[in-house]
Amino acid sequence: MSPLSTVDVLLWLVFPYVCLVILVGGLVWRYRYDKFGWTTRSSQLYERRLLRWGSPLFHFGILVVLLGHVMGLLIPESWTTALGISDDAYHVVAVALGTVAGVCTLVGMAILIYRRRTVGPVFSATTKMDKVMYLVLGTVIVLGLANTAIANILGSDYDYRTGLSVWFRGIFYLQPDPALMAAAPIGFQLHAVAAFALFALWPFTRLVHAFTAPVGYLTRPYIVYRSRDAHMGSRAPRRGWERTGS
Amino acid sequence: MRVMAQMGMVMNLDKCIGCHTCSVTCKQAWTNRSGVEYVWFNNVETRPGQGYPRTYQDQERWLGGWTLNRRGRLSLKAGGRLKKLFSIFANPKLPAIEDYYEPWTYDYDNLVQAPLGDHVPVARPKSLISGEDMQVRWSANWDDDLGGGPDLTRSDPTLKAMTEKANTQVRLEFEKTFMFYLPRICEHCLNPSCVASCPSGAMYKRAEDGIVLVDQDRCRGWRMCVTGCPYKKVYFNHRTGKAEKCTFCFPRVEVGLPTVCSETCVGRLRYIGVMLYDADRVAEAASTTDEHDLYEAQRRVFLDPNDPVVAREAERAGIPRDWIEAAQRSPLWALINTYRVALPLHPEYRTMPMVWYIPPLSPVVDVVRDAGVDGEDAGNLFGAIDALRIPIGYLAELFTAGDPAPVTTVLRRLAAMRSYMREVNLGRPTDESIAATVGMTGDEVQDMFRLLALAPYDERYVIPTAHTELGDPTALAHKLEETATECSLDYEGGPGMVGGGPFGEGSGGAAPIAVENFHMLKDRQTADTVADPSDRVQRVNLLNWDGKGRPEGLFPAPPAERPTAPQLMEGTDPDGEVEPRP
Ligand code: HEM
Ligand code: SF4
Ligand code: SF4
Repeated sequence: MSPLSTVDVLLWLVFPYVCLVILVGGLVWRYRYDKFGWTTRSSQLYERRLLRWGSPLFHFGILVVLLGHVMGLLIPESWTTALGISDDAYHVVAVALGTVAGVCTLVGMAILIYRRRTVGPVFSATTKMDKVMYLVLGTVIVLGLANTAIANILGSDYDYRTGLSVWFRGIFYLQPDPALMAAAPIGFQLHAVAAFALFALWPFTRLVHAFTAPVGYLTRPYIVYRSRDAHMGSRAPRRGWERTGS
Repeated sequence: MRVMAQMGMVMNLDKCIGCHTCSVTCKQAWTNRSGVEYVWFNNVETRPGQGYPRTYQDQERWLGGWTLNRRGRLSLKAGGRLKKLFSIFANPKLPAIEDYYEPWTYDYDNLVQAPLGDHVPVARPKSLISGEDMQVRWSANWDDDLGGGPDLTRSDPTLKAMTEKANTQVRLEFEKTFMFYLPRICEHCLNPSCVASCPSGAMYKRAEDGIVLVDQDRCRGWRMCVTGCPYKKVYFNHRTGKAEKCTFCFPRVEVGLPTVCSETCVGRLRYIGVMLYDADRVAEAASTTDEHDLYEAQRRVFLDPNDPVVAREAERAGIPRDWIEAAQRSPLWALINTYRVALPLHPEYRTMPMVWYIPPLSPVVDVVRDAGVDGEDAGNLFGAIDALRIPIGYLAELFTAGDPAPVTTVLRRLAAMRSYMREVNLGRPTDESIAATVGMTGDEVQDMFRLLALAPYDERYVIPTAHTELGDPTALAHKLEETATECSLDYEGGPGMVGGGPFGEGSGGAAPIAVENFHMLKDRQTADTVADPSDRVQRVNLLNWDGKGRPEGLFPAPPAERPTAPQLMEGTDPDGEVEPRP
């Protein structure tokens, strides 16, 4: 194997960590500084006909895609083999589910972007960050889907579960092997770079809403009571005036 | 028994003249901002009419409030938790801006900027949503005073429900119809379906006074509360992406001032007070099977503040003594329970609303008077109440889920008061039998008349102040700090807060609930001397001047008195600059 170039080290070692640090740091910072801006900024009040189709298609699609990524990237091949799932069966399920979900996501996103551009009120409520976000998000999704399509139509002998996935898990063990990525096909490389760029962008866009998905709703009591004192004023107490106890 | 205190309101509809002062002052105080142009925390609807937003009362269409499921259990009409989460990506039942109205302004600039020409320049309406030219086709009060005629009025869901149930065709010819006004704010329900619908738990009912609020820092814009509220009193701020609603003017109420809508009401028809209720029995009462029983069920949830057992339990539950006393003097208790003339709005939504209404007798009086007979005679009025199925049925549809009996009882009481008091006013001997027919004594009728017609400010508004010291030792210090050591405009982003932070409109810190400091405002308004302008924060300026005297600093000092000027004139400036700087 050829020695790693500087570019490889930068792309597959430095860049992911920089992006993850920005993601985590950015989320913490935004949550502390800008809770008021942490919202979906729903535009349903302006337009609902297109949203009725676009948003559920996109969201259900992307959530399944997300699940697929968790399966493909985080669960090692040895585990599924140990469960008695053959490589072929895994592949069929992954490709079928991945394609359907991917297409839903893409179509949904196309509707959403079309809506953003053509519906006057929605367009004027679109921020610069929204545009950048859609650009990067679109790139990630299109590249990802392209990889799947190419692999299925042209056939490819690249097994990402022994290459890309191992590198990705390595990031979390703090010992990623850049060589694995350097050896991956260009499509996968681009997808990975775009995805990490999206992570870095995440805290600064409306995408933050995904991190506060309201799963707690399933278990909390319907009526919420809160004491007045626990939430006095609209401004945090200044240094030296913090409340004691409670 | 779990005693809780609830701030509530009663409105006496006979006195509402439909002037919209309440709506306008409320808007000026709270929703005079971009993103909430279409938002009316207080609105006044002409009845019959479609309401705001259009046909909001049609819960088969909007699915607001609660319903009983097949097992007789209380459940959200729009669907439970799982269904909510699965339909969160596009809420299937959210009113669109057309169901409210598209807010607009006028291109006034054109009036002064248009080049000289043959035609008078016009100010075209411009949409505040898209910025484009628009045709104004609908607004918050398009059908005010039955404007738009029978075609619009026919879509009133209440009329439709009546027609279906009673199988009577309501006559809508102009001269045969009846009309009254219905001012509405958030009901601050005991069983709020908006709170239950909020996926992120950002909406809450305050334990101390029952006011229902949206935590702006926790709201994530899932917009499910808008669907959840059957009264459509949660609105979505389309600029900040957060829900907003009537706050019962809590910064005012906390210091004992009535809400803005009440304070400014021209008819003086609003009453504010505290009710004690048993929180353990709310769910049970809201699950009452027969809709007609919901009114009585809610009345039974209220606790008699004069009952020593209740008072003791209330104290045990941590309700301060002055709140219990306020509950004893509460005009709500008197109107809802003692005189029983106030009724809840749409109890069939099962949210246990806490803004109640005294139904108007005027449609009845009008008919009697138009018939050319004595409109203050008890016999004539009682007869008319029994005969006038349509207005009574309509009122019943609004206030008692269609049961005419309670409405009739209330109207008979009001009619009895009307004729009984005529004798009093004319100095004639009173007719005790009139009072007796409605189950009251003459003295009770006179007391009720006093409360309904004459009650002064402090009897209409019995508002105990919030206890900042309770469980929060630094709160008071914090308050002092706020009045004394910092400018009330000194917060993230500065005055106005328009424009927003780096992530688009509305990001950055939340704007404070009110720029005015209500403690100061109250001090100033209740002081009989001119407010002391001891520092810049308290300085009276033209915006907060209340007309008392001519406090120092009201106007900028005239140039000659400016202290800096002579000093500079003396030429002590080393640079030799003699120009007085501003
Ligand atoms: C997992 C929980 C999630 C929930 C509950 C959720 C919910 C929502 C809601 C309610 C909206 C507002 C739709 C509207 O009324 O205008 C929205 C918008 C959006 N969401 Fe999500 N979302 C989730 C996850 C995600 C994820 C993982 C992504 C992308 C990676 C995403 C991307 C978007 C985008 C791009 C929009 C803007 C759509 C537009 O153009 O208006 N969401 N989401
Ligand atoms: S009326 Fe007010 S408290 Fe009741 S459900 Fe609607 S918003 Fe909530
Ligand atoms: S200010 Fe009073 S009288 Fe005027 S519309 Fe409002 S409630 Fe009615």
